[in-house]
Amino acid sequence: MSHPENSNEDWDLVIQSKSHWLRLNLAEVWRYRDLLMLLVKRDYKASFKQTILGPIWFFIQPLLTSSVYAVIFGNIAKISTDGNPRLLFYMAGVIMWNYFSTCLTSTSNTFVTNANIFGKVYFPRLIMPVSVVISNLLRFSVQFLFFIALVIYFMNDPQYTVHLTWAVVFTPVFLIIMALLGLSMGLIVSSLTTKYRDLTHLVGFGVQLMMYATPVVYPASFLQGKWKTILELNPMTAVIEGFRYAFMGSGSFSPGMLLYSIGVTLVLLLISIIMFNRVEKGFMDTV
Amino acid sequence: MSKVVLSAQDVSKMYKLGLVSTKSLAHDLNRWWHTVRGKEDPYMMIGESNDRSVKGDSEYVWALKDVGFEVGEGEAVGIIGRNGAGKSTLLKLLSQVTQPTTGTIKVKGRIASLLEVGTGFHPELTGRENIFLNGAILGMRKKEIVRKLDEIIAFSGVERYIDTPVKRYSSGMYVRLAFAVAAHLESEILIVDEVLAVGDAEFQKKCLGKMGEVSKGQGRTVLFVSHNMHAIKTLCTRAIYMQNGMLKSDGNAQLIVDQYLSGYDSMDTARTYENTLSDRSVYLERAVCENANGVEKYMFTADEPIRIRLTIKKQTPVRGVFLHFLIKNNEEIALLETDSREGGYPEIDTDTEGEFTSVIHIPQRLLKSGRFHVCLGIASTQHDPFQIESLDSFMSFDVLADKTPRDSRRNSVLSTILEWKTA
Repeated sequence: MSHPENSNEDWDLVIQSKSHWLRLNLAEVWRYRDLLMLLVKRDYKASFKQTILGPIWFFIQPLLTSSVYAVIFGNIAKISTDGNPRLLFYMAGVIMWNYFSTCLTSTSNTFVTNANIFGKVYFPRLIMPVSVVISNLLRFSVQFLFFIALVIYFMNDPQYTVHLTWAVVFTPVFLIIMALLGLSMGLIVSSLTTKYRDLTHLVGFGVQLMMYATPVVYPASFLQGKWKTILELNPMTAVIEGFRYAFMGSGSFSPGMLLYSIGVTLVLLLISIIMFNRVEKGFMDTV
Repeated sequence: MSKVVLSAQDVSKMYKLGLVSTKSLAHDLNRWWHTVRGKEDPYMMIGESNDRSVKGDSEYVWALKDVGFEVGEGEAVGIIGRNGAGKSTLLKLLSQVTQPTTGTIKVKGRIASLLEVGTGFHPELTGRENIFLNGAILGMRKKEIVRKLDEIIAFSGVERYIDTPVKRYSSGMYVRLAFAVAAHLESEILIVDEVLAVGDAEFQKKCLGKMGEVSKGQGRTVLFVSHNMHAIKTLCTRAIYMQNGMLKSDGNAQLIVDQYLSGYDSMDTARTYENTLSDRSVYLERAVCENANGVEKYMFTADEPIRIRLTIKKQTPVRGVFLHFLIKNNEEIALLETDSREGGYPEIDTDTEGEFTSVIHIPQRLLKSGRFHVCLGIASTQHDPFQIESLDSFMSFDVLADKTPRDSRRNSVLSTILEWKTA
């Protein structure tokens, strides 16, 4: 049944072994936006099935972590919080860092955890990691509202100098940088681990290590000289310091550092998409 | 052929056998080194054809090799072949789950594939929530699902449980709900793997009916993998026969299925039943199927009488021995049951020892086309227990209907010709 090659016919879909290395079909992702929203809804609903407190768990967890940090790093290690209430200071760091790290760790095993679905149905693979980032944004929003309530409480406490600054307008930018950084680093890891899974053993440890290289449990002003330069190379530094500056009026924040973070994020995003695209088509055979 | 909506050209798929290990890393590095120097993949050449039962030398295997075919609009194509012939690999390539090693597949229109029912079902979510999730995974838009929601729930027949988490469902209910979603997909091309083998008989019938409606009623293109030859014959107009990763033949469903069944025959070991060592007092020693001339065969046309020759051995004298004989079809339905006493065969009811041979005559055009299985029971009223030997489906034969075209279109299990007289 050999028909002459009829390339001018308009085929809707051509399946072959190699596709263009930057063929990112965003239109296709857009077509599946309903699936994206349903997956977000699924994550939200499934995480509170058979719980009594429901979404309240969203802020109990960071509250407990912040309290533990306040005791260990604040009371025992006596690390400065730039004159801010300890609970508020650690809360800001914890909710921001948690968002970034959950985005990274849960997208980093996209292929392995979804292998059974990916093996049976085709839909743009990017939907899965993006849905993780959006579901976590939902969790972050609840925590953020709780954080705002704390900010208002401490603003009325004359003991502290907590106040909002103009940098508040950058809040969405901070969020987008965090989401994209987590997503792209997660995608890079997931693309690298479809065949050889060695790297997955490093992810958990790496994220923890990275937290200490980010001003989460200490302010950026805590470090000086060469250490401070290293800290500023971390794209997450500008985000967390900026966030604290915006809502608490302390810490260092400069538009230059934010631009640097945006630049790093865009480069990582590009790399991750290229890598994801390369493995997306054939990973089922090796995962 | 009408407008071509799916075209596959020289499609091949290679898989590596064994585990992913440091050895595969070495292979990957070697492969990379070859590509850097602009040479051909060194492992691609040594891949062998895929015969799962034969041990090969290579670690690589061609699950599909140079498969090419075209499907026209509105065709219902059945894909048949033994386990490991490459049917599912082909469907995986068509549904974009994995990509071909070489070759191209071109598609016109939306393609929906159903390699499994209930993909992406979340156990914690209710039936209704899962309809939306599963529908969206299969490529439906939300408004499309909303529009069809009532229809889907009605088709599934689990209305009562629709707001209960699916983890509380019985497996049958789960499958019903999942198939109901899939059955309401609106795509130009529908790809279905063997998923109908689940659910109860009523639901299977409903599924097959729905598939028929999709292909015949709505004129959509259907590709269907199944081991149920009856379903292939009734649903499909055309069949593709795969063998060891290659396309063996392609054509009219009726003919290809018959070819497949007869090919199956030659690959099977002899179908003669033989048992020379038994501790039972009376047992079946040997059984063969033969035609009217006494030639042993297992493939008959509907117009041929079938004879079943049974050799019974009596080791100790037992009185009152009789045989009962049963024919089942491939769906395990007992078509007819009869015993030697009513068939007028008294010889076995003696107290002598030795061998007895009896021949059962099955007249022509009694059975429909298909595969039939023979069951035999040996019993005696003078023996304790009553049943001396009971053999279930110990021998099978096929009936083809190549000269009686109406036969396979009938829905009955028998196609016996009855006498018609003007009164």
